[in-house]
Amino acid sequence: MACISPDGKPTESGTKMLRALKSRLGSAEEIAKDAGLPLFRVRSGLRELTQAGLANQKGDKYEITDKGAELIG
Amino acid sequence: MEEVKQQVISLPRLGEPAPAFETATTHGVLKLEDFKGSWLVLFSHPADFTPVCTTEFIAFAEIYPELQKRGVELLGLSVDSTSSHIAWVRNVEEKTGVKIPFPIIADLNKEVSMAYGMIHPGQSKTETVRCVFIIDPNQIIRTILYYPLTTGRNMDEILRIIDALQTTDEHKVATPANWRPGDMVVVPPPSTQEMAEERVKQKEYECIDWYLCKKKL
Repeated sequence: MACISPDGKPTESGTKMLRALKSRLGSAEEIAKDAGLPLFRVRSGLRELTQAGLANQKGDKYEITDKGAELIG
Repeated sequence: MEEVKQQVISLPRLGEPAPAFETATTHGVLKLEDFKGSWLVLFSHPADFTPVCTTEFIAFAEIYPELQKRGVELLGLSVDSTSSHIAWVRNVEEKTGVKIPFPIIADLNKEVSMAYGMIHPGQSKTETVRCVFIIDPNQIIRTILYYPLTTGRNMDEILRIIDALQTTDEHKVATPANWRPGDMVVVPPPSTQEMAEERVKQKEYECIDWYLCKKKL
């Protein structure tokens, strides 16, 4: 997985996305801009973070979960 | 008599939606739809750790900033594994100093290669030939290039095609042979006799005759 390491910790790009999500509820486009990552990476990464329970999708926006916030401290 | 079944594979064609995929890459699992809204150059290479492919990957990495300026993402593909791709891109960086910034599909089951017609058994039954698919932000195939195994691709031509496609989309014109950005473009030919007569009188066009007129943008 590109955003979460085999040990369950977020990778550098996963951390960037979670930090961007911590500051606000955002769309993939907004998160890409805030995290400084290509949009395709963010769309793929948000799928992973959601499946891992680190982010939730609300319509076309995403928010960080308590578990996600705990991981990035 | 035993019935002989022949599998007919339909290849993608210009103007048609690019075949969807969800696949493992060096940047994680990616779907075609992840690239929606960007231009995409999807290209295949025969195999990792091979000489011509290595020169091509370095060349693709070198034009990557130019592609980014044009809103284009790059996505490589071969039937090698993710581990092989990772080892190869690390080796390229170690030996040449060139970092490969784009993802590479690990198409071990050949699902994407078959959907895009990248395997040409006359060239190789196991490797993908050198294909280039230029896909627009609406995920429509706009250009297909096929190169044989022995011929490395021309990056200038890939950039030129993208410039031409983006120019023709924006200005509703066509581009003549060997066109480069800044050159005159071809205006669509008139469809009626009246329009043809008007066309040759119009001063803003440079016309050979009514059907071949160029203008500056």
